[in-house]
Amino acid sequence: MSKLDSRIPAGPLKDKWKNHKDHMNLVAPNNRDKIDIIVVGTGLAGGSAAATLAEQGYNVKAFCYQDSPRRAHSIAAQGGINAAKNYQGDGDSTYRLFYDTIKGGDYRAREANVYRLAEVSANIIDQCVSQGVPFGRDYGGQLDNRSFGGVQVKRTFYAKGQTGQQLLLGAYSSMSRQIGKGRIKMYNRHEMMELVIVDGKARGIIARNLVTGEIERHSAHAVVIASGGYGNVYFLSTNAMGSNVSAAWKIHKKGAYFANPCYVQIHPTCIPVHGTQQSKLTLMSESLRNSGRIWVPKKIEDSVAIREGKLRPENIKEEDRDYYLERRYPAFGNLVPRDVASRAGKERCDAGFGIENNETKEGVYLDFSTEIIKKGKEAAIEKHIHNPTDQQIYDLGKAWIEEKYGNLFVMYEKITADDPYKTPMKIYPAVHYTMGGVWVDYNLQSTIPGCFVIGEANFSDHGANRLGASALMQGLADGYFVLPYTIADYLSADIRTGTIPTNSEDFDKAEKEIKDKVDFFLNNKGTYSVDHFHKKLGHIMWNKVGMGRTPEGLKEAIAEIAQVKKEFWADVKVPGDADGMNTELEKAFRVADFIELGQLMAIDALHRNESCGGHFREDHATSEGEAERDDVNFKYVGAWEYQTDDITTEVLHKEDLIYENIEVKARSYK
Amino acid sequence: MSAKKGLHLTLKIWRQKNSKTKGQFETYKISDVSTDSSFLEMLDILNENIINEGKEPIAFDHDCREGICGMCSLYINGRAHGPDTGITTCQLHMRMFKDGETIVIEPWRSAAFPVIKDLMVDRSAFDRVMAAGGFISVNTSGNTLDANAIPVPKEDADKAMDAAACIGCGACVATCKNGSAMLFVGAKVSQFALLPQGRVEAKRRVLNMVKAMDEEGFGNCSNTGACEIECPKGISLENIARMNREYMAALVDQG
Ligand SMILES: Cc1cc2nc3c(=O)[nH]c(=O)nc-3n(C[C@H](O)[C@H](O)[C@H](O)COP(=O)(O)OP(=O)(O)OC[C@H]3O[C@@H](n4cnc5c(N)ncnc54)[C@H](O)[C@@H]3O)c2cc1C
Ligand code: SF4
Ligand code: FES
Repeated sequence: MSKLDSRIPAGPLKDKWKNHKDHMNLVAPNNRDKIDIIVVGTGLAGGSAAATLAEQGYNVKAFCYQDSPRRAHSIAAQGGINAAKNYQGDGDSTYRLFYDTIKGGDYRAREANVYRLAEVSANIIDQCVSQGVPFGRDYGGQLDNRSFGGVQVKRTFYAKGQTGQQLLLGAYSSMSRQIGKGRIKMYNRHEMMELVIVDGKARGIIARNLVTGEIERHSAHAVVIASGGYGNVYFLSTNAMGSNVSAAWKIHKKGAYFANPCYVQIHPTCIPVHGTQQSKLTLMSESLRNSGRIWVPKKIEDSVAIREGKLRPENIKEEDRDYYLERRYPAFGNLVPRDVASRAGKERCDAGFGIENNETKEGVYLDFSTEIIKKGKEAAIEKHIHNPTDQQIYDLGKAWIEEKYGNLFVMYEKITADDPYKTPMKIYPAVHYTMGGVWVDYNLQSTIPGCFVIGEANFSDHGANRLGASALMQGLADGYFVLPYTIADYLSADIRTGTIPTNSEDFDKAEKEIKDKVDFFLNNKGTYSVDHFHKKLGHIMWNKVGMGRTPEGLKEAIAEIAQVKKEFWADVKVPGDADGMNTELEKAFRVADFIELGQLMAIDALHRNESCGGHFREDHATSEGEAERDDVNFKYVGAWEYQTDDITTEVLHKEDLIYENIEVKARSYK
Repeated sequence: MSAKKGLHLTLKIWRQKNSKTKGQFETYKISDVSTDSSFLEMLDILNENIINEGKEPIAFDHDCREGICGMCSLYINGRAHGPDTGITTCQLHMRMFKDGETIVIEPWRSAAFPVIKDLMVDRSAFDRVMAAGGFISVNTSGNTLDANAIPVPKEDADKAMDAAACIGCGACVATCKNGSAMLFVGAKVSQFALLPQGRVEAKRRVLNMVKAMDEEGFGNCSNTGACEIECPKGISLENIARMNREYMAALVDQG
């Protein structure tokens, strides 16, 4: 029998959350210090949750693998965070944000969750401002907004190109306040290795102290997983090097369903892969698409000459350039959503027009020359310069670009040694965000009682696709404003339970499993490093479970990953000891989980016989190469139940998605 | 990303098993390093070689590799974050080095940052300074004022943002001959000092943070300015001056 009960409250959409809050059970303030909560992860989701729960009076134990909560991967977000404030008076509203998010998600997200997200979004900005987050302001002292791909209002709040950093520092400062008061016990450089279930409920974790190597037992009345996304399954991605799926995967193996693993966002504007030594891909903010035009040469021989270094892009005449997004999508042009832009770029590169001198010949241009001239002319008029010279126009235009995107241009130049003012940037899509994750109900609880999952780690409110600036919003909504209410409903039954002992059989068993694995890795004495297997996996994932998927490719991937798994367990080499810092051992545990998840992603992608959002099946495309959704057969969340170590035996459960407030339509950007 | 050129390098790297043992430099050779690689990618390749020889790889801190998390560190040829300016080690690229060069790689050296292993140090002292007062005491209930009810002049918001850009990497401490954390603490104090939100508790904040900073064993500032030069985020010395003003005012007030 399926455990999928989404627990969506009854009543009209706009009253659901309020009604739910009015009727949920509470834990009285004097009882809260009888309750312990473990929070795994201190990014925007975990950090905001830990701070809020501690402030409410619960005993919080927070864990992160970095040396400080301030370094969680959320720190890297550049662009901004959405909120329906309508400060710009352009007609934004809770409904509009809700609508855009559902549509952007290709009608594969839950209406009730998304509406709640839109509803609390405005509160997030208030909260962060009161914490001292220095959002961009205009001269009147009021908050400024920018617009982002896929929407027609200005609802994105930003702090320069460092929005995630500032929001995280806000959450971290609230955490710090609670740490100082002793209400949060912070476990830096600790990794959750296993979930402990007692009498069917999540009651603790096994963690490894990464500095001393000690395996520790920690108990609690509830466990919150906020461990982020799993994009690193591809090896190369825009995620931080340590980002991993382990916490989510461990609870999956203990009974939490994993939903929509095949939904991966591929971001169109990243710096292309330069060679085999590369470890990480770097994002160039999407905001650049407001000013840059994307193109490849029209003539294949020009692309070849560019790749061979015989021709410079500046020397290709206007009529010999193919601005393929403007050509294919006249209405949205360079501002089509991420999945559309990514696929269109891949299509050109697959056809041989890629411009980058790397093994795969992948790369397209993001060109600012038109904008430089346009802005230069505007500035000349504003400054009353009559008959400006070309050089004057160029200089004024360049100054405008510099003011707006200067830091990104510097970053690009540091990495590539190319000056993007002179020559167009080279970009290519890269794995960025994972919409799939642990299945949770409306209360953000997984199918394991007492185990809650928030932020990017859950299957989220983004459906098959995520619009820009909405992940930060979801992380903080979950942590500040949703989980603290819903978890109380669960914990209200626990005020008399007392401290959960860690000397039970369940803890013994979970700890032993981990210790045995540590022993295995350190004594295996195989031939290849952990990275060797990770790269192999990544290669399969990118080629066969990447931007374009075919049934044949996916079947091959499933078999090839099984082989990688076999080789990994037979032949991995992990040097060093157990009782101290051992970064290779950390990686070994993470890659073991990535391998299994990778296989499930391919299985999920194979079963989903349609194209939607980040999941593009080449056999489900229109004659013009656009994604073809199948709402009749696939308008559901696909949630997988773990069975055995053989991932191919996982069982699929379906949560039907019901749209009562929104008409399900095809997404078109033509 | 022009024609690839492989560098051959000699690396002198600090190896230290843990905080209790003594460390020493060891010499490694590495060849065919692409000039397009980042410094940390170069270390990845070295580690891969070391693992293949069945030995323990070099431990170093890193995560985002985008210059924003503040996790990477490294003293390279006597400079925090290496020879380039305005960037972190993860953004340092091998094209900054010459073929045949010898590169000396050390961990941050400061009494307040004990070595954990090899090139990794413990910077949790920063967190403790933050817990002493690096926040605005507002509840996270969401029942706050509407954001636009607190107007902030654009100049102040921009300046606060410049101060808030500190990534907590510790290069300022590592580079300072006194091991002072004034630039880091000054940046945080300034961010809040420039905004109306945190004003009510400003005095308490600066007193508590400075006290915690001293207790953690960071040295005094003698205005040499090395921190500003090595700071990857261009945090300006102005922030130290602002903190000093805030601190003096708070002291006077305290009587
Ligand atoms: C380069 C980049 C730019 C982006 N820009 C934007 C943007 O402009 N707008 C937007 O909305 N979104 C953006 N995103 C997406 C957004 O940043 C993330 O989705 C979001 O920050 C995830 O937050 P989180 O709290 O769920 O997880 P994370 O911030 O990833 O935090 C995960 C936490 O879990 C911890 N952890 C993980 N595993 C374990 C374990 N086993 N044990 C203990 N701790 C563990 C980590 O230490 C960390 O503290 C961007 C992402 C990237 C990569
Ligand atoms: S002030 Fe600069 S050098 Fe010091 S911690 Fe902050 S970013 Fe690093
Ligand atoms: S690894 Fe994050 S700043 Fe260098």
